[in-house]
Amino acid sequence: MSGLRNIVDKLKPTFSEGGKLSFLSSTFDAFETFLFVPNTTTSKGAHIRDCNDSKRTMSVVIVALLPAFLFGCYNTGSLVGLEGLTAFFYGLVRILPMVCVSYIVGLAIEFYFAQVRGHEVNEGFLVSGLLIPMIMPVSTPLWMVGLGTAFAVVFGKEVFGGTGMNVFNPALLARAFVFFAYTPSMSGEKVWYSDWTMMGAQVDGVSGATALDQLATGGQMQWSALDAFLGFIPGSFGETSTLAILIGAVILLFTGIASWRTMVSVFVGGLAMGYLFQAAGVTTYPAWYHLIVGGFAFGAVFMATDPVTSAQTDTGKYVVGLMTGALAVLIRVVNPAYPEGMMLSILFMNALAPLVDYFVVEASISRRKNRVKTVK
Amino acid sequence: MSKNEKEPIFSAKNLKYLTSPFSANNPVIVQILGICSALAVTVQLKPAIVMALSVAVVCGFANLVMSLLRNGVPSRIRIIVQLVVIATLVILVDQVLKAFVYDVSKQLSVYVGLIITNCIVMGRVEAFALGSKPWPSFLDGIGNGLGYGLILVIVAFFRELFGAGTLLGFRIIPESIYASEGGFYSNCGIMLFPPMALIIVGCIIWAHRSWHKDLQEK
Repeated sequence: MSGLRNIVDKLKPTFSEGGKLSFLSSTFDAFETFLFVPNTTTSKGAHIRDCNDSKRTMSVVIVALLPAFLFGCYNTGSLVGLEGLTAFFYGLVRILPMVCVSYIVGLAIEFYFAQVRGHEVNEGFLVSGLLIPMIMPVSTPLWMVGLGTAFAVVFGKEVFGGTGMNVFNPALLARAFVFFAYTPSMSGEKVWYSDWTMMGAQVDGVSGATALDQLATGGQMQWSALDAFLGFIPGSFGETSTLAILIGAVILLFTGIASWRTMVSVFVGGLAMGYLFQAAGVTTYPAWYHLIVGGFAFGAVFMATDPVTSAQTDTGKYVVGLMTGALAVLIRVVNPAYPEGMMLSILFMNALAPLVDYFVVEASISRRKNRVKTVK
Repeated sequence: MSKNEKEPIFSAKNLKYLTSPFSANNPVIVQILGICSALAVTVQLKPAIVMALSVAVVCGFANLVMSLLRNGVPSRIRIIVQLVVIATLVILVDQVLKAFVYDVSKQLSVYVGLIITNCIVMGRVEAFALGSKPWPSFLDGIGNGLGYGLILVIVAFFRELFGAGTLLGFRIIPESIYASEGGFYSNCGIMLFPPMALIIVGCIIWAHRSWHKDLQEK
């Protein structure tokens, strides 16, 4: 570690003001702070400082994503007839190009904007870059992944001022762009299975609807609820295993990074809406199926809890969470064009979150005002 | 310039009325007017061009007529008079389109009629023609109409090229690279939706203001 520190210290003057490569200072700064906790302190006023800055936060989210990622690798291989480690490596080799494209495109744009604007590189993309491939079908063409990423970073983030200023979750925006721009590559029966012939995978003619599609059209799915919970079903790369996602959720909640209020209320909202439809006779399958199929769990744990785009107040988190879950199930059941409603409902509630916060704050102010009046 | 000396028809000042709406004073990307139709008629290039010319004609002649009438119209009823003039012109344009380019007229559907409500037309009449001589007013109207049209054509260019792979109906992106023909490419379906037009307009504004630094708000 100290050897690395020495190298960084040696390079620092070159990139600092007056150095040869000072125009790349924010790039250097990004790598330095990624490797080491910065030793600078705030210059004005008193602050309570935590060593856990946003780069460390992002690293924890990456760790929380790993169970779902690793299971996604295995599931990709097992869907095309492979077993054990071969299945895992097949999925890993299949997904790595997508991860690379997403990171290279996204970080290139982030670094470019940081350089042009002269501020430090934002760390938010570390998570988005991994989320983007995980919420797309495994057979999405790489150029679509790149285009979606570029769209999300430029129009979802940079035009609003970078990390922390975005209205919409960038990863979901990338998916939404690709979904609406290239619908045939993002839905249907073919796309959920990998089409690479290697390691003895049987990819010829392998296709099938997702559990969600089957529930939406036939009212039942060909897999058992346990399979759906464990994740042995076709779907976007990282979304299939509710169990792996829940392990990630435990990590996020234990470290206090994601809000349990949002997470729990999304599940409650979805379940309540599901029971409502079941009671009304609109759906024939159990309401809790909604929580284990499709991207519901993944969205609830990793997307709806995004600290930037979700509500900021505690009450607001309950409201936004409940509405996200309810809306997702509503779209799934009522709109036949979108068997998956999680993406749209989270994006929609991202747009409404500031409004909800506004009303929560206003209500709090007027409550306090009333209290003052009664005392008088 | 002395009072008796006649100003040349295309003096620098008059030309400025014509050309300033193309960039520095563009009605769409600087004044942010006429956005609705810019989203609606720009899926393909051909209707966009026809729409651009229609608006230029209506805007130019509305300005000319109102400038001629400007001393005879009491200011209380001027809006009504403006509407009558603009509506008459729009109906004329509509009939001409129906007679000569029927298919495009059908594609544009209500948006030809809605030129009446285009903020640019009435805005120019109110802001310019009521206080200026006929010839500058006419040039101003044509210039604003074409400035609006310029943006329409740019937006439609990108939407048709990436949404359908064609320009004016001619295939630009070769069939052979499409996924259905064994290639890898597919059309960007989101280009056919109006929101994408808004994003393209946003990009044009972005590029324009990076170039025209004096337009940037502090």
